[in-house]
Amino acid sequence: MNRPDLSKMKGFDPELFTAYASQVGHGGALGILYHDHGPDWVELALDHDEKLIGVAETGVIASGPIISLMDMATSMAIWVKLDRFRHQATLDLRVDYMRAAKPGSRIYGRGECYAIRRSVGFVRGVAHDGDPADPVAHVAATFMFTKP
Amino acid sequence: MHPLPPYAALLGLSTARGEDGKLLWVMPFREQVVGRPGFLHGGAIAGLLEFAAFGCVYEALGGSEGVSVKPINVTVDFMRGGVELETYASGEITRLGSRIANVHAVAWQQDRDKPIAAAHMNLLLRRPS
Repeated sequence: MNRPDLSKMKGFDPELFTAYASQVGHGGALGILYHDHGPDWVELALDHDEKLIGVAETGVIASGPIISLMDMATSMAIWVKLDRFRHQATLDLRVDYMRAAKPGSRIYGRGECYAIRRSVGFVRGVAHDGDPADPVAHVAATFMFTKP
Repeated sequence: MHPLPPYAALLGLSTARGEDGKLLWVMPFREQVVGRPGFLHGGAIAGLLEFAAFGCVYEALGGSEGVSVKPINVTVDFMRGGVELETYASGEITRLGSRIANVHAVAWQQDRDKPIAAAHMNLLLRRPS
């Protein structure tokens, strides 16, 4: 699949973007999936995979893949809110780990964009393993726009 | 040293000793860690920083058997784009308490004085009673 020319794309299609991002690079290595989206949020998913395990003895998923999942979900939340792709870089990202994910479960990452200013987009989100009311992690991040 | 878990293998991580004797984490540039074309994925950098943070805590705990280390939270600052080069990371303990470890980790490429990212991490320690 060729990389779509995102800056020329009309609107922003998170499903199409994830289909591309899940075949290349780090997103491809993790196997990130599209799940759902709304006007200012995107929900992605990560299926259980042996290679994502962080603690061999417990089978619990490493925290790194959760950061990647949330980085992508929150990043895309900005683009759905803008209704276009815009070049940006993660400025900072904080994750609070509520609990370990249930071994073997699919992890959902829901990112929401709650404000966009001239140079910065503000996002938050949760990672959960089935019940959004009982999250695995809470996330807050900011993205800096690098092009108009 | 604990054996590296599968996610470290996905990132292609290995460990070495710096000139100062400190534990150094090395992540090669390869397809599995790419974000936008030609640059490292922020999540892969964050993953590397977390291993550096965990690594220095395990090392400081030394032979303390049965201590479990769990992440409470992590804040990652991204300073520069990671380019097509090897990335290094090392962690430093700010305070090692009986229940909490506060750790700072830094990632860089060619020049240690030009970090590409840094993380502040709080870890929960459970010691056998």
